[in-house]
Formats: sequence, C-alpha cells, structure tokens
Amino acid sequence: MHSDSQDRASWGLRIAAWGGLVFLHFPILIIFLYAFNTEDAAFSFPPKGLTLKWFSVAFSRPDVLEAIKLSLQIAAIATLIAMVLGTLASAALYRRDFFGKQGISLMLILPIALPGIITGIALLATFKTLGIEPGMFTIVVGHATFCVVIVYNNVIARLRRTSHSLIEASMDLGADGWQTFRYIILPNLGSALLAGGMLAFALSFDEIIVTTFTAGHERTLPLWLLNQLSRPRDVPVTNVVAMLVMMVTMLPILGAYYLTRGGESVAGSGGK
Amino acid sequence: MNTLAITRTPAPGSPLRRFSNLLYRRPNLYLSMLLVPPLLWFGAIYLGSLLTLLWQGFYTFDDFTMAVTPDLTLANFTALFQPSNFDIIVRTLSMAIAVSIASAIVAFPIAYYMARYTRGKTKAFFYIAVMLPMWASYIVKAYAWTLLLAKGGVAQWFVQHLGLGPVLQFVLGIPGVGGSTLSTSHLGRFLVFVYIWLPFMILPIQASLERLPPSLLQASADLGARPRQTLMQVILPLSVPGIAAGSIFTFSLTLGDFIVPQLVGPPGYFVGSMVYAQQGAIGNMPMAAAFTLVPIVLIAIYLSIVKRLGAFDAL
Repeated sequence: MHSDSQDRASWGLRIAAWGGLVFLHFPILIIFLYAFNTEDAAFSFPPKGLTLKWFSVAFSRPDVLEAIKLSLQIAAIATLIAMVLGTLASAALYRRDFFGKQGISLMLILPIALPGIITGIALLATFKTLGIEPGMFTIVVGHATFCVVIVYNNVIARLRRTSHSLIEASMDLGADGWQTFRYIILPNLGSALLAGGMLAFALSFDEIIVTTFTAGHERTLPLWLLNQLSRPRDVPVTNVVAMLVMMVTMLPILGAYYLTRGGESVAGSGGK
Repeated sequence: MNTLAITRTPAPGSPLRRFSNLLYRRPNLYLSMLLVPPLLWFGAIYLGSLLTLLWQGFYTFDDFTMAVTPDLTLANFTALFQPSNFDIIVRTLSMAIAVSIASAIVAFPIAYYMARYTRGKTKAFFYIAVMLPMWASYIVKAYAWTLLLAKGGVAQWFVQHLGLGPVLQFVLGIPGVGGSTLSTSHLGRFLVFVYIWLPFMILPIQASLERLPPSLLQASADLGARPRQTLMQVILPLSVPGIAAGSIFTFSLTLGDFIVPQLVGPPGYFVGSMVYAQQGAIGNMPMAAAFTLVPIVLIAIYLSIVKRLGAFDAL
C-alpha cells in the first residue's frame, strides 16, 4: 500500500461528511427545540426557556384535531389502495416479460418523478371537467396515485429476492394458486408490504403540493401548517404541530429500515 | 401431480380451487387480472388527467369576462414566450441548475465518506442519518428554515457571534444573489432548496461510489497517482452517473416547487407559483395548463441529456 491515506479519511473529508450530517439535522433539531419554547411570538435564539404548555394548548384546538383526523384518514385509505394496486402491479411485473412492461413501470414512477404540481393540476382540471366537487375523496385519489410506486418498489424488490423454487415446491406438493399465495408468497412479502405501507402512509400524511390542488375546502394537517405560516399568529401551536408532523413522517422510515434490512440473503435459498 | 397430495388438500372441487387452477393454466388471463386494476387506475385517472390538462392548454381564456371557452388556440403557448413569462421560466430554470450543482458539491464528500470509509454500524448510521431528513416532512423542513432565517433567528445569531455580519451584508448586496434580508434573498431561497433536496443527491452518488472496485484505486496509486489525481481522474469520472441520477431529482423537484418560493426569497413568480396563481386567483386554467408544460418539456430535455451520462443505470 502506498500510504496511509488509502485507509484513513483526511481531516477535510471527515469534516465535510460529518458537517454535512449536522447540516441535514440541524433544522430538524431546531423544530424540536422551538416546540418547547416559552415565548409566544418571537423566533429568538437561543430560547429564553422551555415548557410543555403549548402541547396542551395545541391539542385542545378543534381545528388542529380536525386536521390531524382528516390527514390520518386520508393517509390510511390512500395507503390501503396503494398496497392493493402496488402489490398487484409488482406481482404482474416481477417475472414475466411482455409488450409494454417498460411503459407500465415508467407510468407507475411518473407521479413521483414529475413535480407534484403537474399531478395536482392535472387532477384538478379533470375533476373540474367531470364536475366532481373537490374534497376528501379527491385528495385520496391523488395520494393513492403517487403512493402506489412506494409499495410497488418494496414488494417487487422482495419478490425478486424470493426464490421461485419455493413457489414451484408448493405447487408440486399439491397446493393450488390460492394456497401458494396465502401460505408461501404472502408470509414472504409480509414485512416488505408493511414497510411499503408505512412509507406510503408517511408520504401521504405529509403531502402538500398535490393536496393544495385537490383539497377544495378540506384542510389536511400540512395545509393547516402552510396556512399558519402565511398568517403568523399563534406560533407556539404551529411549532408543536410541526414537531408532531415531523415525527409522524420520520418514524416510519426507521421502521421500514429495520423491516427490510439484510437484503443480501435470498429467502428460501438457504441463506436465511 | 401426486394423488396423495390431491387427497390431502381440502375441497378439491371447490370454486376457489377450480378458479386458481384455471389461472395457473392460463398465465395470460392471470397476468391481465393482476394488471387490470392498476392499469385502470393509472390509465384513467393519471394519464387521463394529464391529457385533459394538456388539452385545456388549447382552450381560450377571455380576459374581460374571465371565462374559459373551448375554442382551440395556440395563444397560451405563444404567451409563454412573452418577456414577463419567459423571465419566470429563466428564473426557475437557473435556480434549478444552481441548486443541482450546489447539491452535487455538498453531497459528494458525504457520499464518498459513506462509501469508502464507513462499514457495518457506521454505514448503517450514515444511511439512516441521510434517509431521515429525506423523509421528514417537507413542509416542516421549509418551516424550519423560515425560523432559521428570520430576523433575530438562529442564522442571525450565528452570524453575529462569529463576527460575520459584514460578510453577510456584502453577500446580500450582490445583485441577483442577495436581497434586503437573508429570508427575502435569492441566497436564502437557494439555501432552503439545497437543504431540502440534498439527500436525494447523496444516495445515488453513494450507490455509484459503492460499486467502484477498490482494486481500481489501488491500481491508480500503484501507478504513481497522488490521492488528488486518483480523485480527479478515476473516482470523479466514474461517479458521474450517480451525480446525474441525483440531479434528476434536484432539478425536477426545484422546477415544480411553489411552496419554498412562497415562503422564502424575494417576490417574483416561479413556474410553480405561476401555475398556482393562474388556476386559483385568476381562474385561467388554460394558461396554467400551458405553464405546466414548461417543467414537463424541460425535464424531458434534461432526462435526454443525463441519459447519455448513464444516469438511468445509476438509479
């Protein structure tokens, strides 16, 4: 080996890398800090004191509770639809080659690859043309559309790692297609489905750009937050809700990571 | 099939069983049954909506009655090239390019350190530490930056205590970059964009560096290259697909954003905020539709460029 620099990162690189991590997390820590801020109007730093008072204030506000309820409902329904459609699509696409396969997978990715504003305004234009009144239903339709690909990605990755001989063995032993699905494929997919569902839930819970167009008079939690920002009243309540939204969106990624890690071993190939 | 197995399985003649046998014998039927629900959803709702929107771009908007009539015209699309509208496009495009370049510069050392100098638990830690901010609520991240950049906020506190006040004043004075305060300057908006999209750049670069065989670096060193030469002539060129893949996200997401420009930075429309204003306050859906075509076309052009750099293999 030529020199030590092959194995040890230089100081500059270490500072850049760890500094980058600090940069990524600092604004998030600020949100957590300000949620406990005692002041009720200013953003001054450092905070004068810490309190839990604003949590009880926030959770006694009917508009906050209503927005939380609506966002939870929408995320739950959108996630369910996405799990069904995403699983169907991945089961169709993972093994067989057929005409238009590339096109279908591209179509699934488009809603998150193109800026959300395109999906949002396209849906709005269509709802208007069809005379559909925007509301909870239209929000769910928009969310489900871009959540499908999240479930699809997780499930298809698992299907590709599942050895096909397991399915053949099940069939050889006399199980029919349904039994194979119920007792072999589904248990294998379980954690990938759960991970995909959690991520889809987080994505839907936090989505604002598409929602802006499809919400009509409904107000999801992110829309409630945005509305608070343009009218800087009751900052402390906003801060508490901001921390809450942050946690709802960050915890699923931790869960999904633990559910899908160890991706090298192929289930059923003896490496489990 | 084995007779023993058949007798063991419950209800061999049940409808469910006959149905699944039918599906097994006819894979095309099975495939189409799997595909029909997602295809219906995406074909009817998503593609249908995109086409509806595009079609409405040809409708006529009457400035006096504020009404939309289905008389087909190209006026909306030609209006995009009026100076005021073209300015919006240029402003958005240059921000998207600047954000992509800056993200690549900030992301590279993080990705490089992750790929080459971490393993096991540290690698997992870095991975989660990048994924968490990526998934953390978009609107809350944007909000956090309005707190950071506000007058008397965290950024100002640091600038004061580090004695950087004059430097900040100088930077804010540069036309095209600065503004009256940090939170109403192009610089502030640029910082927020870089922050929000940075993880989307780190992960593809890290993945492309991860695939780099260590023997290549050893060969480079054995042949007498200094670390800097190895970096510039071996590592960087081989990480171009990853950088290009990451830039797809930073470019496309900046191009369509309308929340960050609304919260941070000087007044003046972005493409996204123009679309929003046209369809909302003004009620001119045809013009909004025409404006929506701008990011679609720009992204299509961008994708054809980065495809040559190998971005799609690094996704």
